[in-house]
Amino acid sequence: MSAAFPKAAKVALGMPQLRSNLAHATGTIRDKRAKAAGELDDWQRLRDTAAAVKADVQHRMPELAVTFERNAIAAGATVHWARDAAEANAIAARITREAGAEEVVKIKSMATQETGLNEYFAAEGLAAWETDLAELIVQLAEDEPSHILVPAIHYNRTEIRDIFKGRMPDAPEGLTDDPAALAEAARLHLRRRFLSAKVAVSGANFAVAETGSLVVVESEGNGRMCLTMPETLISIVGIEKLLPCFEDLEVFMQLLPRSSTGERMNPYTSVWTGVAAGDGPQNVHIILLDNGRTDVLADEVGRQALSCIRCSACLNVCPVYERTGGHAYGHVYPGPIGAILAPQLEPGRHDDLPYASSLCGACYEVCPVKIDIPEVLVHLRQTGPHGVGEKAAMSAAEAVMARPRLWRAALGAARFFSRPWRRRGFMRRLPWPGSKWTASRDMPVPPGESFRDWWKERER
Amino acid sequence: MSRIGLFITCINDALYPQTPKAVVAVLERLGYEVDFPQDQTCCGQMHANSGYRKDAVRLAKSFDRVFGAYDAVVTPSGSCAAMAREQYPALIGGDIGERVYELSEFLLDHAGVEDVGARFPHTVAYHPTCHGTRVLGLGDKPLRLLRAVEGIELIDLPEADQCCGFGGTFALKNAEVSSAMLDDKRRHAAGTGAEYLAAADNSCLTHIGGGLSRAGGPEPIHYAEILASTE
Repeated sequence: MSAAFPKAAKVALGMPQLRSNLAHATGTIRDKRAKAAGELDDWQRLRDTAAAVKADVQHRMPELAVTFERNAIAAGATVHWARDAAEANAIAARITREAGAEEVVKIKSMATQETGLNEYFAAEGLAAWETDLAELIVQLAEDEPSHILVPAIHYNRTEIRDIFKGRMPDAPEGLTDDPAALAEAARLHLRRRFLSAKVAVSGANFAVAETGSLVVVESEGNGRMCLTMPETLISIVGIEKLLPCFEDLEVFMQLLPRSSTGERMNPYTSVWTGVAAGDGPQNVHIILLDNGRTDVLADEVGRQALSCIRCSACLNVCPVYERTGGHAYGHVYPGPIGAILAPQLEPGRHDDLPYASSLCGACYEVCPVKIDIPEVLVHLRQTGPHGVGEKAAMSAAEAVMARPRLWRAALGAARFFSRPWRRRGFMRRLPWPGSKWTASRDMPVPPGESFRDWWKERER
Repeated sequence: MSRIGLFITCINDALYPQTPKAVVAVLERLGYEVDFPQDQTCCGQMHANSGYRKDAVRLAKSFDRVFGAYDAVVTPSGSCAAMAREQYPALIGGDIGERVYELSEFLLDHAGVEDVGARFPHTVAYHPTCHGTRVLGLGDKPLRLLRAVEGIELIDLPEADQCCGFGGTFALKNAEVSSAMLDDKRRHAAGTGAEYLAAADNSCLTHIGGGLSRAGGPEPIHYAEILASTE
C-alpha cells in the first residue's frame, strides 16, 4: 500500500506561496464556471445527454474505432494503432524522422503527457517544443504540469517572469510581470519555432467516427498554428475520445468551454478531416492509443472514468486538490479524476490515490459528463489492497458492530474508561492511531448516561 | 399510524445522546410515536467507504434485519441516511434505503411541518454537510426548519458548501490535508461571531468542534437540538 500521496501532500501544505497561488486560481475559475454553467437552462439535460453518449461510445468502442479508422483513411489520413505509450512514442518518432525533421512543435495534449513523448523524444535525440503558454513555462522550468487545463497553475506571474528571464534565451530586456508583456515575450519566442517547424504533434479533444474528423479545442491559437503550418501532423488520440457522429459535438461544445475555462465558447476550435489538398498538412497521421483503456473498459463501475473530457472542473472544486496542488498526486492526471484514472490506467500503482478524497462529492456535482467520481473512488477502495494493521482493526470493529450485545458492552467500557476526562469534556492527546486525530482536533468524551440508558429509564 | 423506527447512528450512540433525545422530543411533540430498536449498531458506512465491502454488507444486512419492519426510519444524520439510500441497493439489494429519512426530510416531506414549535434565542451559523447536501439532496431543508424557530438569528457561514475535511477515515489517512481543510472551516465559523454552529451530522461536528475547542469559536450543535429547544 503506497503512502506517496499523504507524504507529498504534507510537503505541498508546507509551501505557503503554492497554497496561495492555488487557492486564488482555483477560486477564480470555480466562480467563472459556476456562472457560465448557470446561464444554461438545460445544463442538467446536457450533462445527461453527454453521459449517455459517452456510455454508448464505451459499449460500441471496437465498432466506432474501426469506423473512425475507415473514414479517416478515406479522407487521406494514415491511421496507426498503439497498444501502449512506448508504441505511440516510437511511431511518432519514426514519422518525425521520415519527414526529415529533428524537432516537432506541440499543441497542449494530455495523451502525450501520458505517454511521456517529450522525454522519449529527448532520449532519441529529437526535440519536442511545447507551444501552449503554460506548457512552455513548465517546459522552460524543467518542471511537471500540475493541472490538466492550467499546467502552470502553481506559479504566479512574478515566478513566471523569473523563469522567462532565466531560461528563455530571447527574453526581452527589462521584462516585467505584466501578463501582456509575458504573453508577448512568449509569442516572439514561439513564432520562430512555428515558422521553422516541419512536424507538429497534437492530441485531440474529440474524434468523430462518422466522418473521421479530429477536433482540438484551445484558447491561444498556438494550436491552430501547429495544425495548419507544418507539412506533417501527428495526432495521438486516446480511443475514449471517440464520438459516434458530428452532431454529438453540439452537446460537448456547450459543456467543455463552460466547464473548463468558464467561457461560453473557447477562442479556437479546429476540426480537420484527413488531408485537404494544397491546404495545411499534407501528411496527416493519427495514432489511436489504448495504453490501459480497454482494461478500464472491462470494469463496469470504473469505466465511467473514460467519459472524462479533461475539462478540469473537478480539480478546481476539489478541496484536496486546492490544498495540495497537482504534483502531490504523482501522475499526469491529478485531482479527483486522476484519483480514479491513474490507479486504473496503471494497475498496482497509485493505490493510495482513491483515498485522497473526503468523498465530499463536489467533483460529481460539477462534472459535465456526470462521472460519479465518489462512487468510483469507493469502488477502487473496495477492490484495492489494504494495510495489514488497518484490516485487522476494521475487522475487529465489524465483529463488535455486527453483535449488538458486544457493541453495547464496548460502549459501556468506553464510558467507564473515559471517566477521568469527563469533567473536562474532551481529550487533547490520544495514543496512535488516535494521535493522528488529536494532532489538530480535540476528541469528545463519551457521556455519563447513554441514550440507551435514558430510553430504558423512560420505558420503565 | 405508521411505525417509526429511530436510527440514532453509532456516533450518537457512543458520544452524543442529546441528539437522538432531541429527535424523540420533536417527533413526539408533533404527535408521532417513536420506537428505538435496541439491536441497532452502525449503518456500515465507515467500512464501505474505507474499502471493506464484505464487512459493510454484514452491517447493512444487520440494519435491514433491525429496521426492515418499520414504515419509516428517521435518523439525525444526512450521511448515514445517504449510505442507506444510495449504497444499500448495490450492497444488499432490497428497498430498506428508500424508507430511511434524514430528520428534515421526514419533517418537511413526510410530516409536512416547517414550524416545529421551537424557541432558541441565539445566533446560529449553519454548515450544510456534504453527504446530506450532495448525496441526499437535502438542499436547504434543515435551514427551512431553523428559519421557523422562534428567536433564532441565523448568520451566513462564508464558503458554507466547502467540506470541513472530515471524510471518515480520510481524517486519519490524510490527516494533514484534512486539518488544512478544517483550519479554513474553523476560521470561517469563528468569523461569523455566532454562538452556535449547527449541522445535520455529528460526525462532521466532531471534526469541526474538535478544532473549535482548541482555537475558539461557536459551539457545535446538531440542528435537531435546536428544534427540540423550547427555552
